Amino acid sequence: MTKYALEINQLNKTYKNGVTALKNINLNVEDGDIFAFLGPNGAGKSTVIGIITTLVNITSGSVQVYGKDIAKYPEFTKHMIGVVPQEYNLDQFIPIIETMINIGGYFGLSKKQALKKTQELFEDLGIWHKRKSTPRELSGGMKRRLMIARALIHNPKLLILDEPTAGVDTELRLTMWDFFKKINHDGVTIILTTHYLEEAERLCKNLAIIHHGEVVKSSPMSDVISSTRKHTYIIRADSNITDKNIFKDNIHIVDDKTCELTVDNKISITEIINHFNDNNIKVIDILSKRNKLEELFIELTQTK
Amino acid sequence: MNNLYLIQILTIFKKEFARWSRIWIQTILPSVITMFLYITIFGNFIGERIGEISGLPYIHFIIPGLIIMPIISNSYMNVVGSFYSGRFQKSIEELFVSPLSSHIILIGYVLGGVSRAFVVGFVVYIVSLSFTTIPIHNVALALFLTLLISFLFSILGFINAVYAKSFDGINIIPTFVLTPLTYLGGTFYSIYNLPEVWQTVSIFNPIAYMVSAYRYAFIGVEEMNTYTAILMMFILIFVLYSLAIYLLNKGIGVKN
Repeated sequence: MTKYALEINQLNKTYKNGVTALKNINLNVEDGDIFAFLGPNGAGKSTVIGIITTLVNITSGSVQVYGKDIAKYPEFTKHMIGVVPQEYNLDQFIPIIETMINIGGYFGLSKKQALKKTQELFEDLGIWHKRKSTPRELSGGMKRRLMIARALIHNPKLLILDEPTAGVDTELRLTMWDFFKKINHDGVTIILTTHYLEEAERLCKNLAIIHHGEVVKSSPMSDVISSTRKHTYIIRADSNITDKNIFKDNIHIVDDKTCELTVDNKISITEIINHFNDNNIKVIDILSKRNKLEELFIELTQTK
Repeated sequence: MNNLYLIQILTIFKKEFARWSRIWIQTILPSVITMFLYITIFGNFIGERIGEISGLPYIHFIIPGLIIMPIISNSYMNVVGSFYSGRFQKSIEELFVSPLSSHIILIGYVLGGVSRAFVVGFVVYIVSLSFTTIPIHNVALALFLTLLISFLFSILGFINAVYAKSFDGINIIPTFVLTPLTYLGGTFYSIYNLPEVWQTVSIFNPIAYMVSAYRYAFIGVEEMNTYTAILMMFILIFVLYSLAIYLLNKGIGVKN
């Protein structure tokens, strides 16, 4: 058995209108990973997902899921994949429990098997009490959870989440993160696209950033966190800092006692605090303004 | 048949059956009311003045055609409406990310259309019994023809749904092609009563063959050769089925 859940080789996609969406994409996702697939709007993330799920035709290149080519072994690869698309694509007119039974049937599950799995998933995701409702009667967060349940009905080994927490409140987002961690722990490999970079940083072990149809970064998350060159902190002091000449050009004064400090990432928080102390300023609070992934993301997608 | 395939086909079929039966007031009732009016007006009121055609009361002559009309329109509209609605809502993607073969998707949808056609046809036949009693000449042939005709028009509806770009697009063929061909297919008259030119034109109307074959199954009177009609339907089913499978394999109307 291959160690990769997904292997993408030399993938290109040019649409009929001449727009080149993907250029020579190469990507490997290890079995058991939670993989962040990031990029600005229109970068090509959804096209890649569309190709993996066979909703978009390939121009050239190949995609393998657990060692099998999606074009040659569609039945096998579709059984392995569950997908949560970015846009709602639910049948609006039928009760959601029927949607689950139907999807289960498409994957060869009997009604009894589909019902059992649906109850398990709906209870985990907190929507069992809504099972007789149609999607039109659900809130945005409930629809998202339904789409996650729908993607998992057939016990896929690879789950693709395209913006799964978009439009979801903070509390629910945290619950969903726990759910993703749980299913990953149970053996499901996850590919996550998100605009919430904190989400990717918290959940994912590896990442790729795509920009203008090209992969501009692919590495372990830990490398990213240690590789960004600059870091910005918000610092609150107990006294006036406007007349002190500390950190010179790297400081941006917010108010008398608050500033933003951008420093090389080799400089530790202790060093910063000590430097303030040396200038007779006591630091009473220090916050990271941006996470490291966000800094890298901006660096890569704005400079290119 | 492999158990997986059986479950898949039955799932699509049950979904389709549940869809049209849930909204029977929209799907079944209008055809029944329309045919009730046709039988009342043409069969009873006007038919009494027309007298006999081919040695039969006019009402007997037209009832097979009046049953075939909703069979054609319901099988067609069921599939075109359902598949296009799925495309519109994007819920059709559920089918294409699942391990369903093109044959299973097509057969599942077609069986949904066939089931609706059978129910409508049966109800219209029952309604017709309240006006006159016509013992069916060949029940097996009538059922077989109902299957062939509804299968054929369900596939045609599917192809229309693949190409439709809006809800208007699913009504163009029924309005501008099927309805004229059905009315000009000899439902209300014998094509031998037409001027020679129009008799020749009718030879090229496939629905005229279907009406004739159906009439033969019901009342034992045929105007065109029934075997030719069946052969023509098999050929059309083969050609349209192949086209529909090609469209599905290419993902036309669904994939980018």
